[in-house]
This record gives sequence, C-alpha cells and structure tokens, in this order.
Amino acid sequence: MIQATGLARSFFTGRRAGRAEVKAVSGVDISVAEGEIVGFLGPNGAGKTTTLRMLTTLLTPTAGHATVAGYDLATEPVKVRQAIGYVSQSGSTSSQAIAGSEIVDHGMLYGISKQQATTRGRELFDQLDLDGMWNRPTKTLSGGQRRRLDIAMGLVHDPKLVFLDEPTTGLDPQARANLWTHISDLRTKRGSTVFLTTHYLDEADALCDRIMVIDHGVIVASDTPNQLKRQVSGDLVSLTVTSEEDVARAAATLATVAEGDVATDGLLVSARVRDGGVAMPDLLRALDAAGASLESIEVRRPTLDDVFLTMTGRSLRESE
Amino acid sequence: MKFFRETGIIFRRQLRLTLREPQWIVIGLLQPALYLVLFGPLLEPLSRQLGAANAYTLFVPGLLVQLAVFGALFVGFGLIGEYRDGVIEAERVTPASRTALLLGRVLKDMLQMAIQGAILIGLGFAFGLRGSAVGIIVGFILAVVLTGSIAAAGYALALTVKTEDALAAVANGVSLPLILLSGILLPMSIAPLWLQRVSDLVPVKHIVTGIRDLFTGDIFSWGPFWAIFWTIILVVAGVWIGTRTFRRQNA
Repeated sequence: MIQATGLARSFFTGRRAGRAEVKAVSGVDISVAEGEIVGFLGPNGAGKTTTLRMLTTLLTPTAGHATVAGYDLATEPVKVRQAIGYVSQSGSTSSQAIAGSEIVDHGMLYGISKQQATTRGRELFDQLDLDGMWNRPTKTLSGGQRRRLDIAMGLVHDPKLVFLDEPTTGLDPQARANLWTHISDLRTKRGSTVFLTTHYLDEADALCDRIMVIDHGVIVASDTPNQLKRQVSGDLVSLTVTSEEDVARAAATLATVAEGDVATDGLLVSARVRDGGVAMPDLLRALDAAGASLESIEVRRPTLDDVFLTMTGRSLRESE
Repeated sequence: MKFFRETGIIFRRQLRLTLREPQWIVIGLLQPALYLVLFGPLLEPLSRQLGAANAYTLFVPGLLVQLAVFGALFVGFGLIGEYRDGVIEAERVTPASRTALLLGRVLKDMLQMAIQGAILIGLGFAFGLRGSAVGIIVGFILAVVLTGSIAAAGYALALTVKTEDALAAVANGVSLPLILLSGILLPMSIAPLWLQRVSDLVPVKHIVTGIRDLFTGDIFSWGPFWAIFWTIILVVAGVWIGTRTFRRQNA
C-alpha cells in the first residue's frame, strides 16, 4: 500500500546570513502492506505529521521516492488523493456549517454524485455513532463526535488507505476507547489499510499490528508491539524498603538477579529482571536472608515507553 | 467540466455558510449606505465645483468601489477560520482543482457584492442619482469583477499571514491609502498636482474615474477604457496570486 524510500523534507529558517536548513524528516523508509494497521510513534516534533503530509500529497518531499495506494507520489498526486482518506489533526469541517452538508460537499469534491455522497454519509454517520447529528451545526458536537465526523469525512469516498493524524489527541478516556473500536473496525468491517500517528504508547499498543518509532526525523525501530517490548530486556522489579539501612542490602541482593544496573531513588530500589514473576520467590527469600525488610514490591512488564526510552535515551513523556 | 463542477460545489458551500449568518451581508453594506445618507447631502451643493451635474454620479461609483475593495480585502477573515478548522487542508487532499477551491469562494464574494452594490445603487436613485442606464450597468459589472480580483488577493493574503491580527493590520494598512488615493470620496481632479501624480499610480483610481464617466453616460472614452483595462489586469493578477497560494504547500 505504501512504499517509500529515503523520504525527506527540510525547511529553511531565517534569511540570508542566518539561513539554516532544518531537517524535519531526514530520509525515512516506509513499507505498509494491504490490510495492515501501522502506527507511527514519536514525540511531538519528531517528524510524524511532516511524513504524513508528504504521503498525502500535501507537502512535496525534498528527497526520496514513494508510491502510495499504487500511484507515484510525485507524478500522480491526483490519483493518490482519490485513493486515500486523510483525517488531519486540525479537523475538517467548518464550525459554522451543518454536519450533513459538510460531508456531502466533501464527497462531491471526490467526484461522487450528491445522491451517492448523501447515502454514503448517512451510512458512515450510522457506523460511527453519529445518529441524529446530520442536521446539527458542527460546533454543537462534542469533541469525540467532531472527531468521528472528521473520520467520516475522510471515508466518504471509500478509500482503500486511511491516514489518521493523532486521532485521539485531546479526547477524554472514554471517547478515546470508543474511537479505538471504530479505528479497528476500519479494517475488520471495511478492509481498509490504516496508517496512524500517535504519541500515546497505549494507543499504538492497542491498535497496531506494527509500530514505527520515529525520533528526530529518523525511524529508529519498526516491529510488532510485542517484539519491540521484547527488545527491552526483562521486567521492571521495583522494591520499596522500609528504612535507609535496607537500601544497600536490597540493592546488593537485587544485583544478583538483575540484567543491568540497579537503580536507587530514596527508598526505591529497581532493576530489570528476566522473567520477573519466576525470579520473585527466590528473590524474596534472598532478600529475607540478607535482612532487608520490604514495604512493597512491584513487577511491571515492559511498556512501549520503556522501548522508546531504550532506543532514544529519552522518555516519551519527558519530550511532550 | 470537472473544474466547473468543483467550483460550483465550493461556491454553493460558501453561499450556504454566508446565508447562515446573513447579518454580515447587512453589516458590510452599512458603511457605504451610511456614507451615502450622511455624507452624500454634503456633496450636493459642491457638485458644480467638482465638475459634476449630479453629485450622486460622482459619489455612488466611489462607494461602489469602496464596497468592492473593503468588502473583498476582509474576506480573508472567514478563510482563516476555515483554515483553523482544517477545512482548507481537507479540501486540498481531495482531487479537486486548487483553482476551483479559490474560484468558488471568489464567485460567492462577487455575488454578495453584486447584491450589496445593487442595493446601494437603488438607494442612490432614492437620493437623486440620475445617469446613463447602460453606463450604470457596465460600471456596476466592473465593480463586481474588481471584487473578484481583490477577494482572490485577500484570500492569498489570509493564507500567507494565517492569523486574524496580522490580516487586520495588513488589510487596514492597505485599504486606507487605497481609499484615500483612489478618489473615492472626492474626485482626485480637485487635488494639487503632486497628489494627482501619486494617485495616478493607483490602478483603483482609474477604475473609479472610469466608472464615474460610465455613470454620466460618457461610455466611449478613455476613462472607461482604462477602467476596463485595469480591472482585467487586476483580475488576472489576483487569480494568479490566489491560485499560487492555494497550490503552495505550507498554505
């Protein structure tokens, strides 16, 4: 569905003497197969939206080559536009307009008849739980409804490939969970290929078959969520000890089973331990023998945040 | 065919949006109407000195052009709102022609100005405007076409500055000297020579002068010729700049 090689985009800032080239995206290779749901994960400013805007013909790459939905990005942009749906971060409907007429007009711009656009629009409103919103001004819709309307707008011409740019940013948890169902339905019920960007790890984890991690304009990893998590060695075991004297004892004991260094922070001692659950009974006995008394113990499976931290040396949350 | 269909879709959408808030059409008309009612009578006793038999053949063409220039320079405000709502980007990922995206909007502005202009001329008649019917119609058409040119440029400006504050500053900065130098309130013929020379550099002045000639029935003369000439130049330039901006990537 998408084949991109060396796709890059740089901007120039400043004038004359102060003129500097800023590489927003410096050469990414992307390959997405039909029927896949692929997540593009990275902090703000990593180059997600720039890449997406290149793949949707809105921005011409300064280097590289790509075919999207079977058409060449550079020579057949109009055919690419006809074949893809794009749901941008900033919305797609005027606040003053009526929801139903916006989707009909949008469909007509794709060359389908008014009648066809109305039928398709009504169907999509039905599928995306927007019943009764057809005659409503869009400004009276809730955040989640407005976002679903944007998705309906992007689907009105029945595209094979759908791009979603940060689809759940700014939504409350319930609306997010609800939208996730709709996004997975895109594939299961419509057979669409989905390419989405997000800076939420749980979102990428819950929705995507495959995740590409982008940082500073470069793809640093591309794999299934589980494989990515496996790259982080071991589960995180965190011990909270009862007093200062216990810290050293607990750290020494934990070091015997740890994969890497043991970190201490106040009364908290933590390290990565392979198969944390299995190691636990022995670890507890050893801690007891060493005379370290514990307040609490926690074993956590690696998250994509840990993956991101391992690959980039930064936490996704810090960079937000 | 495809192009006209797309232009039509955008035109109808814009018209529908405007009709949802008809108060703006009235507010846009209010300023020239106030000028006509509150300033027009002051010109009546002066009209002989200004070289016109009828004060309103002098004044109504000016107001018509003012309506065109002022109305159209500010169309960008609506566009910035749409830009912020993501509408422009959403339209640009459709296969529709970029010129159609612009032209549909411009045509709506021309229709809106035509309605306001017709009302203004009607009011003019009520106050005592008398002139050549053909000339008035041709002058009216010129003003409507001029609206198209300025609106296209106004959209290009809006997509370039992207914020209402900057647009207001630029539009006000441009419109005030434009209004003063194009002899909209008083003809530039009574100005000192240096001021006349400066105003000669302003295309809109020639359009105002030409429309005045048309209103008095002086149809086949240089005034209307230059008015038509400059209107065509401005339309071509406006649509070119506008399309270029709609096509441009970071717009």
